[in-house]
Amino acid sequence: MKMRTAVLAACLALACPALAVAQDSDTEKAIEKYRQMMKEDPWSNPGLLDADRGEALWKTPRGPNKVSLETCDLGKGPGKVDGAFAELPRYFADAGKVMDLETRLLWCQEKIQGFQHADLIKNPHPGGGQPVKDTGAIATWVANKSSGMKFSAKLDKPQEKEMVALGEALFNRRSGPFDFACTTCHAEAGKRIRLQPLAHLAAPAGAKAVMGEWPAYRVSSTNVMTMQHRLVDCYWQMRLPAPEMGSELTVALISYLTKNAEGGEIAAPGLKR
Amino acid sequence: MKIITIAAAALLAFGTGSAIAQQKKAKAEKKVTVSAAKVDAVIKAGLPAFPAPPEEWQPRLTPDDTMKVCAATHNSPPKAQFQAIEKAEKAKIQYPADNNYMGDWKKGERIAQSGYGLRFTDYPARNPNGGNCYACHQLTQAEVSYGTIGPSLLGYGKLRDFKDSEVKAAYEKIYDSHASFPCSLMPRFGTNKVLSMDQIKDLVALLMAKDSPVNK
Ligand code: HEC
Ligand code: HEC
Repeated sequence: MKMRTAVLAACLALACPALAVAQDSDTEKAIEKYRQMMKEDPWSNPGLLDADRGEALWKTPRGPNKVSLETCDLGKGPGKVDGAFAELPRYFADAGKVMDLETRLLWCQEKIQGFQHADLIKNPHPGGGQPVKDTGAIATWVANKSSGMKFSAKLDKPQEKEMVALGEALFNRRSGPFDFACTTCHAEAGKRIRLQPLAHLAAPAGAKAVMGEWPAYRVSSTNVMTMQHRLVDCYWQMRLPAPEMGSELTVALISYLTKNAEGGEIAAPGLKR
Repeated sequence: MKIITIAAAALLAFGTGSAIAQQKKAKAEKKVTVSAAKVDAVIKAGLPAFPAPPEEWQPRLTPDDTMKVCAATHNSPPKAQFQAIEKAEKAKIQYPADNNYMGDWKKGERIAQSGYGLRFTDYPARNPNGGNCYACHQLTQAEVSYGTIGPSLLGYGKLRDFKDSEVKAAYEKIYDSHASFPCSLMPRFGTNKVLSMDQIKDLVALLMAKDSPVNK
């Protein structure tokens, strides 16, 4: 965000076109470089550093209770991480709620390790250039442990169906000074905003193509961004307030997007511009 | 604009009666629904306003009547609602007292470039709001970083013979896009008080002035 603000300021002061294009093509070049590197050596994926950190965080005793997250149930049983992300979001009877991966991780840190919810959701996302926060790092590792699998969340329980329907309503809802909805930017294929290509998230093909890449290493901000964080950025563009991490609103949107992406392959952490 | 409107009208005429639309409707009816009150509550709880909840932000969370119809109809309102929106939005347009719609295209170009304003990182405001037209439109040959959500506006005035009636139409379009295209994806810059009347006039000049780079 900082970098973008700086570019914007420069744009306002001077001739923006050259600058914006130069920045875009720099990002493009950097992405190309990473893709090439990762083809030769998959371990050069910069997001894997955060996944490693996430694994260590999962296994280390932390929080007031000084215990690890190894008893955390991500839906497939306590401590079972392999393939868990592929089946999220889902309804958790112990919490009485539908949860996506990050929301479930908040819950486990709270209930098992004794962290305070308010502390966990205060400034939960990194600024440009800063590494992804702890919950995001753990999410990156857990998602990576479903890489190569397909999105297969059933989302067929009444609570889950309601969440998907709620997500769809939120996806279409238009308000704020720009009258934006998610559909303004994500309901058609092949569109772009400035030079940024926009995912056609309202359709299975478009959602399948991109959802499995999250959490993703963002080349433009040089850090891993999670799906909860991505939503914050989109609400920023919509001129609406930042959504609270783990709120029903974010879980509903992620449930809807994941439903659309059903059958799509997971390749997390992915690489984004 | 006319072509798009006619196309949309044609779509509506066909769309409503078609088998596909009926199938879609049947499918939609089987789906789980959530009440409007539930959606409102989830929005209010999930978007707690940032950094502190200024009063000014509260109305942003609630769609007005036009936006409610647009969301419910996936931006393709049936004929009666289409016409009702056209009428309601036209009535919201305020005109300059001297009927002069043309400002300074150089200022207009800066407004078209700028996406500044009203985002939660834009407080306290350090700059005037921008229109971010390039986010969605091609406007000039020089700017190649443009989006494609809206149609290209290259040569806008020239293609319309720089007519006075088109100058006024451009003002109305920017002030309230839904007055000519109900459920347009384009923001209502005047109606929603994103841009001032003077800023809109500068943008009209960018589109309609003979010496503007849009018309080169
Ligand atoms: C004003 C335009 C705009 C609106 C409105 C918008 N987004 Fe986005 N969205 C973007 C941009 C720009 C990107 C990043 C594209 C890029 O970096 O290439 C993006 C990316 C995304 C992605 C990641 C897609 C990918 O390519 O991997 C998701 C998921 C997403 N948005 C969801 C949403 C949701 C949900 C909403 C509504 C709450 C929303 N967006 C509203 C502009 C928008
Ligand atoms: C979020 C995307 C978006 C933004 C931002 C946007 N527009 Fe649009 N605009 C559209 C779309 C979509 C249309 C086509 C539908 C319609 O006519 O309303 C359009 C149509 C237009 C038209 C009519 C085109 C025609 O063929 O007659 C004009 C003029 C226009 N926009 C000017 C502007 C100006 C000036 C700005 C900046 C202040 C702007 N737009 C910002 C999306 C956008």
